[in-house]
Amino acid sequence: MNKAFKLAYGAMVALAAAAAAMLVGALVMAAIGADVAKTYATILTEPLKDLFGLTEIVVRAIPLSLIALGVAVAFRSGILNIGAEGQMLMGILASSATAIALPELPKPLLLPLALLAGAAGGALWGSLAGLLKARLGVNEILSTVMLNYVAAQFYTFLLRGPMMDPQELLTGTGTPQTVRLPKAAWLDRLVPGTRLHYGLVIALVLAVAVFLLLWRTTLGFRMRAAGAEAKAARYAGVSVERYLVVAMLLSGAFAGLAGAVEVLGVHRRAIEGISGGYGFTGIVVALFGGLHPAGIVPASAFFGLLLLGADMTQRSASVPANMVLVLQGAIILSIVSARQFMNNPYVQDKATRRLAKLFGKAPPLSPAVAEAACPDPSDVAEPCAAGEPGAAGASAGAAPGAGKGGRA
Amino acid sequence: MNAANFLANILVLGVPFSVALLLAGLGEMFNQRAGVFNLGCEGIMAMGAFLAFLPPYFLGAAMPMGAANLLGIAVAMGAGALLGLLFALVTVTFRAPQGIAGIGLQMLGWGTAGTLFRHYVGGVTGVQGIKSLPIPGLSKIPLLGPILFDHNPLVYLAFLLVPASWYLLFKTPWGLKVRSVGTYPRAADTLGINVRRVRYQALALGGAMAGLAGAYLSLAQAKMFADDLIAGRGFIAVALVYFGRWSPVGIMGGALLFSLAQSFQLSVQVAGIKFPYEFAVMLPYVLVIVVLSLAKKARGAEPSDLGKPFDREQRV
Amino acid sequence: MRPEPIRTLELRGITKRFPGVLACDHIDLSVPEHSVLALVGENGAGKTTLMNILMGLYQPDEGSILLNGREARFRSPNDAFGHGIGMVHQHFMLVPNMTVAENVALGIKEAHRTLSLDMKEVRRRIAEVSERHELPVQPDAYVWQLSVGEQQRVELVKTLCLGARFLILDEPTSALTPQETDELIALLKKMSAELSIIFISHKLNEVKALSDTVSILRRGRVVFRGNTADHSSSDLAALMTGHEVNLPRNECAEGCGEARLQVKDLKVRSDRGFLALDGLSLEVRAGEILGVAGVSGNGQRELADALAGLRRAESGSILLDGQELLNRRPAEVIGSGMGYIPEDRHTEGIVPSFSVKENLVLKDFATRRFSALSFLRLRAIQKNADELRGRFDIRCPSTETQAGSLSGGNIQKVILARELARGPKALVAVYPTRGLDMGAEEFIHKQLLARRKEGAAVLLISEELDEIMNLSDRIAVIYKGRVLKVLPGGTATKQSLGLLMAGVVDE
Repeated sequence: MNKAFKLAYGAMVALAAAAAAMLVGALVMAAIGADVAKTYATILTEPLKDLFGLTEIVVRAIPLSLIALGVAVAFRSGILNIGAEGQMLMGILASSATAIALPELPKPLLLPLALLAGAAGGALWGSLAGLLKARLGVNEILSTVMLNYVAAQFYTFLLRGPMMDPQELLTGTGTPQTVRLPKAAWLDRLVPGTRLHYGLVIALVLAVAVFLLLWRTTLGFRMRAAGAEAKAARYAGVSVERYLVVAMLLSGAFAGLAGAVEVLGVHRRAIEGISGGYGFTGIVVALFGGLHPAGIVPASAFFGLLLLGADMTQRSASVPANMVLVLQGAIILSIVSARQFMNNPYVQDKATRRLAKLFGKAPPLSPAVAEAACPDPSDVAEPCAAGEPGAAGASAGAAPGAGKGGRA
Repeated sequence: MNAANFLANILVLGVPFSVALLLAGLGEMFNQRAGVFNLGCEGIMAMGAFLAFLPPYFLGAAMPMGAANLLGIAVAMGAGALLGLLFALVTVTFRAPQGIAGIGLQMLGWGTAGTLFRHYVGGVTGVQGIKSLPIPGLSKIPLLGPILFDHNPLVYLAFLLVPASWYLLFKTPWGLKVRSVGTYPRAADTLGINVRRVRYQALALGGAMAGLAGAYLSLAQAKMFADDLIAGRGFIAVALVYFGRWSPVGIMGGALLFSLAQSFQLSVQVAGIKFPYEFAVMLPYVLVIVVLSLAKKARGAEPSDLGKPFDREQRV
Repeated sequence: MRPEPIRTLELRGITKRFPGVLACDHIDLSVPEHSVLALVGENGAGKTTLMNILMGLYQPDEGSILLNGREARFRSPNDAFGHGIGMVHQHFMLVPNMTVAENVALGIKEAHRTLSLDMKEVRRRIAEVSERHELPVQPDAYVWQLSVGEQQRVELVKTLCLGARFLILDEPTSALTPQETDELIALLKKMSAELSIIFISHKLNEVKALSDTVSILRRGRVVFRGNTADHSSSDLAALMTGHEVNLPRNECAEGCGEARLQVKDLKVRSDRGFLALDGLSLEVRAGEILGVAGVSGNGQRELADALAGLRRAESGSILLDGQELLNRRPAEVIGSGMGYIPEDRHTEGIVPSFSVKENLVLKDFATRRFSALSFLRLRAIQKNADELRGRFDIRCPSTETQAGSLSGGNIQKVILARELARGPKALVAVYPTRGLDMGAEEFIHKQLLARRKEGAAVLLISEELDEIMNLSDRIAVIYKGRVLKVLPGGTATKQSLGLLMAGVVDE
């Protein structure tokens, strides 16, 4: 498959997934008697109606993209990090604590320091799951999910206790939140009158960095190899366990940074509910974006739109904001199904031919697999899938040995 | 409160707390024995909890409480089975990776339950729930009586399901098929066993039990529904199966262990011991991690095909 | 439904297509009553596909199956069993963590009552079959506890318990010693008085010993059909491959150099915990091929893993040109000049979802040639891929193609290209031609001999005695984790090797 085809294919998968998901969403909406068309229209178009809406989409897209980039790095390295939620919270704590502890530092020092602290907090939390998997073989989905719950409790504990704003104690209101963070730690606003902040720059730079890391460096090569086929990677000398931990450090760092960026750019104090489910939405964004920065950036914008739209429907169409979770779950299910379905070699073959016709190119020669007769199922793990009588008609003519200058 | 009472209190609370974990765990055991792990258990429990809650909430005035409860349970189990089948469609027919698909199902279940709840119920309200049914005579035994024999019927049912599950898995033809399909599906295939169908069946059963577990939580344990009712128990149940070595008795042991951690948290508060609330709440989750870390690889216990999709030509 | 006993079986015009490939091309086959048909062909010729059709696992696109002259349709293995056809697969279809009785019960549908299993009936059948055909088995043993030979017996018993009057055996001797093979052949000869048998094999001497008729498949077509007695092994071999087969032989037994790869007293534990290698010592000299012969399961896997640094050794020493490699990390072993062609090419030799060109630098991507300051040198990697593709004749649409989609032979070429281009001092090749057709086998043997000429020390671990005897300067026989004896390649015979492989050391 050449590059153009790969892109078209990927887009097809994303669209099919979105359509299936919207269908499921429509079912749930119908169950609560909401106007399906109106709701979708609200979700997808309301936010785009004014500048504020547009900037709010980006405000949400920033932490989403950072988390999704981290998730992509982890998934591609073979470790399924579901702990972004907890890692983000740890990042928020770390960066807030740093800012609160060092208010006299000037901005050029405090801001980067706070951001780094956030990344470090997330990295540390993520590395726990990485080490558990590498050393003790603990399933990372379970450990990261558990760590999410632990982090949430820890966060609440600190915000209600040691880190609570002393003002709250005095006035007796007891809102679990920290003091307003020093101005020197703030990420400045890009567009006055909106909440859009410089975190955008950070996110875009890191998107490029992730691409370079995974596909242009030796470290990325090792990580991708470990994630794609751990056995072969070991045979090639890659220490799979080590890179599992590295991947979780990076992934956690991104989530922690997302938290830091959110607290320093948007809220300027640590409050409850700050993570807003970004940790889980970020995973969906990563999948929807094909685990690639080029897909993640637009996907984050799309999901920023969805999140904002869902908030709006709560007000206007009285559809609860939880609806967004339904859509996300449905999207995950449809993406993984669609991808698997389309990875079926028979379907791929058929799709290749149709798309080739669409683009006006000659249909491709039968794959090199035609070299020998299809391996027999009982000695090979992945036998060729079912065929229809028609499909092989063309390729039987193309004959085994259809390479260039092949022998008969 | 003295030490003996404190301990007794933990145990008395611990037994009913273990039921949700036990039910979901047994269901997940069938899933995993057939070769599929369903992380969406949490989402199925949420849906089960909500749907079980609906009939008593709406119809509580119109029909006897017992009937409303039964209706709720039936709906919860039915919905659970359907969600299990949905998961089977995605992982068995479409052969999608089970881990991520499970997370997707969890979000779907959780989100749907939450959406429906907000729309139809709105605030946090309670129901009468299922009443306790002490076994006459036995429940009066000092110390052991309240721990073992003074609970609502679902508790008894859950513990009876332990030997029942054992029998189903090890002594019936279906159980034999399930075990073969989860370990060496190709062998089962060559013997004419429909691997996919067996997996669908196992997932439906697992889903129904997860639904029942959710129903227990809303009707018998908390006697209400809220967003965070499930609080990770579905995931803990999945971990339990691994910890319990895919055997009913092991899962029961694990469920009791984790529920003790939770009842410890409650007893601590009741006893007025100065222990930060949040750390007590953390305890079960930390315990899961500890337990997963210490569990060694068991030879021959794990369904060797767990997590792998079965890949062969469709048969006419 | 008691079907009438099968007297004759006939396949007419069976055709089966998979995406891009014609696995079976209008195959006609017939097996008369109480006879043994040998179905012969190279790997990939379509034999197993054909048998799977007969077993109801696949549906033919065209053609028909006739039992006793009447057409039969097999929609599932249940139909095949119902008609009395049973198959013993090459890789045993036994669930390891269930007992023998449970495995048999799985297939006996009559024992499946709604809520219980009629184990009494199952045991009765097992006992009956066991006695009738002299196949002793232990019904309550767990399959994982049994040896390969015992498991095969269980498979046979199981198939017979399911009512087979017509047996299909797929490469039944692949995991047996020559002596066990002889026993099996004798047993099958006896059984053919009652049953009809289709015997799939590519080992022509067995075909000659057992079968009455032989059909040869090549690329999905029947190219020959006749009586076994009328043809010699070499005739059959030529018909199998379509041309005169002359696998390269190691002709020059030149004096080799000094010992390059030395293994001393190696002790390695297997996954199960027992000592798979119990003080193994061997020595490969520069410019020689040392073949390691043995029935699989005698420590070959552990030896290969230990040499590659993938498995911890308890004690002993591995020296490459004097450098100690015991328990070093794989990266270090690779760096010291050890090449490795692994057993499982699809999951150990390549990363299937990586492109061909990425796989070609799978071990060298971090060297200065292919990377600078941790950044990959894409152009150098491309150049390398183009060059190796030509040199090793790797058939792929482009170097961007996913390596996992190539045929087995081409995947092996990618692995070879990668390993050999590094100019290794020592090369360990584990079952390098398993599952490949003769063309690919020829290519690989030529490459191994070429390396040998260049002075590398080659350790060849293989199950195929022919391969070992053709290529090796010396042959070491491994048995229960030790080298029993090392024979010079010229004087070794199948007979002598067979005895050693079974543990018999004569003085």
